[in-house]
Amino acid sequence: MTTVAILGAGPAGLAAAQSALAAGADVVVVDEAERIGGQFWRHHDTLTDRRMQHQWARFERLRALLDPAGTAASAGRVVVHSSASVWRIETGAGIRVHALVGPADAAARQGLTIQADALVIATGAHDRALPVPGWTLPGVVTAGAAQAIAKRDGVAIGRRTVVAGAGPFLLPVASSLALAGGSVVEVVEATRAAALVAGWARAPWRLAGSAPAKAPELWDYVSGLVRRRTPYRTGSAVTRIHGRGRVEAATIQRIDGDWRPIVGTERLVECDAVALGHGFTPRLEAAIQAGCDIRPDRFVAVDQQQATSVAGVYAAGEVTGIAGADAALAEGAVAGFAAAGGDPTDARIRPARLVRRRMHAFAERLKTHDIRPGWKAWLDDDTVICRCETVTRAQIAEYAGASSRGLRLATRAGLGACQGRTCGRTVEELTGVRIGYDARPVLGSVRVGELAAVHAERVDAG
Amino acid sequence: MSVMIRVDGEELHGRDGQTIAGVLLASGQRSWRTAAGAPRGVFCGIGVCQDCLVTVNGVAGVRACQRTAVDGDVVEKESR
Ligand SMILES: Cc1cc2nc3c(=O)[nH]c(=O)nc-3n(C[C@H](O)[C@H](O)[C@H](O)COP(=O)(O)OP(=O)(O)OC[C@H]3O[C@@H](n4cnc5c(N)ncnc54)[C@H](O)[C@@H]3O)c2cc1C
Ligand code: FES
Repeated sequence: MTTVAILGAGPAGLAAAQSALAAGADVVVVDEAERIGGQFWRHHDTLTDRRMQHQWARFERLRALLDPAGTAASAGRVVVHSSASVWRIETGAGIRVHALVGPADAAARQGLTIQADALVIATGAHDRALPVPGWTLPGVVTAGAAQAIAKRDGVAIGRRTVVAGAGPFLLPVASSLALAGGSVVEVVEATRAAALVAGWARAPWRLAGSAPAKAPELWDYVSGLVRRRTPYRTGSAVTRIHGRGRVEAATIQRIDGDWRPIVGTERLVECDAVALGHGFTPRLEAAIQAGCDIRPDRFVAVDQQQATSVAGVYAAGEVTGIAGADAALAEGAVAGFAAAGGDPTDARIRPARLVRRRMHAFAERLKTHDIRPGWKAWLDDDTVICRCETVTRAQIAEYAGASSRGLRLATRAGLGACQGRTCGRTVEELTGVRIGYDARPVLGSVRVGELAAVHAERVDAG
Repeated sequence: MSVMIRVDGEELHGRDGQTIAGVLLASGQRSWRTAAGAPRGVFCGIGVCQDCLVTVNGVAGVRACQRTAVDGDVVEKESR
């Protein structure tokens, strides 16, 4: 019997589990969250307002399938480890996935090692938020944070929130904030109207065809904005955030096609929170540690079966490209089926292949919102770039010509607690030096004592 | 159902199941950490940025956005 380990229980991981089961494999799912669902289906059974969720029926079917109590189809063949942070992956002789299980960042979590014939990496992505003067003030969060806290905790991040950045994700964020009892002052989209029209409105029937679940979802959000009279500004950005000790206001400014602020167009808007989202960055650490090739555009390289360059290791979802939950579901289904040794020509996997192709067309349209280089003009010399180590733009500029190592050692940018997860790409764009913060030795924070305990267990066993 | 946590001595009440960050935010608190002398709070909300760290029941470096609040938790703010 083939055992498929699946790292990540978001749409991609869950779909992978489902299709690996269908292809006859045993399945072990690991996720650091307390509940399965990933970012798209982040929830709490009593705190989450159901109106924030999409495709919930699909999630319930997946959850039922993975329930250890077992549907007849999967009974005894599936194990789900939640609250399990994976910190190491071995792929040399056989696949081993090491995790620590227990409450987040607790001191004495239990070591867990999973041995598998194949592995599907579905670790997703996190928000990319560009720095802006004042962005370290409490009350400034990523767009994903506003969404996660609204869904998971039933709390709106602010009473009056400005949602700013680029991409269609700003819309569900605004909608959730309103449902959680906050009000959204404005939604500020960096992409200019003409570019939006060129990217999205061209042949809208093709959007409906390429993303059948996305079209009505987007329409829901847009009509919500209209109903609540929330302005949606295009070609604009939050270029400064003001306040003493917490957010009190934001400057919203028009920007040109390259995202360079247009002088004289500043407006000061009162608010107590700002949610920033300029796209997403894949969580590549697990794939890099597993030895998988990464493409020049810095997503995991996969073939038609979602296989990576490492034998037995597959990748699916936003680690292979930012294309939304539907693409993640389709890729996960293909990956899980192949990882289980399923026949690639099997009719059962054909629909997922079709959706995958369509959703990649949707991803092309997302490029309409790609970050443009002019944003650097809204930084001050003393704008903090690396939040963990409080490194400013001026300090980084001083070492712009240095090697990657020189820059890191001299400024400490990216060497703090988050290991460059928040600032890494930004530091690279500011210096033009490719630093490769993704290649971190550990996937997440692990306490030294826990590592020692895991090591001791090994020695005892050996 | 509600949970009570004590944050730097102050009693905060939240809804059962909320994270420590959720309880703090719902109580109107925005910052609970200091970095280079400046206040910080939640930023990424999903455990990636480490901007929300607190000490929980004597254990330092716990991400408030990831840890579900347990009734009676004693939380202290951190600074560095
Ligand atoms: C904060 C946030 C909120 C989002 N909300 C929405 C939304 O409401 N609507 C929408 O359309 N899109 C949303 N997105 C976009 C979203 O990324 C995708 O649409 C979708 O969730 C991607 O699915 P996935 O399976 O690839 O990854 P994810 O859903 O991100 O799932 C990845 C899973 O891997 C787990 N994981 C990662 N590393 C480890 C590790 N080391 N050990 C153990 N587990 C690990 C994570 O806990 C997570 O559950 C959000 C993105 C972010 C970052
Ligand atoms: S807010 Fe980023 S880790 Fe908690």
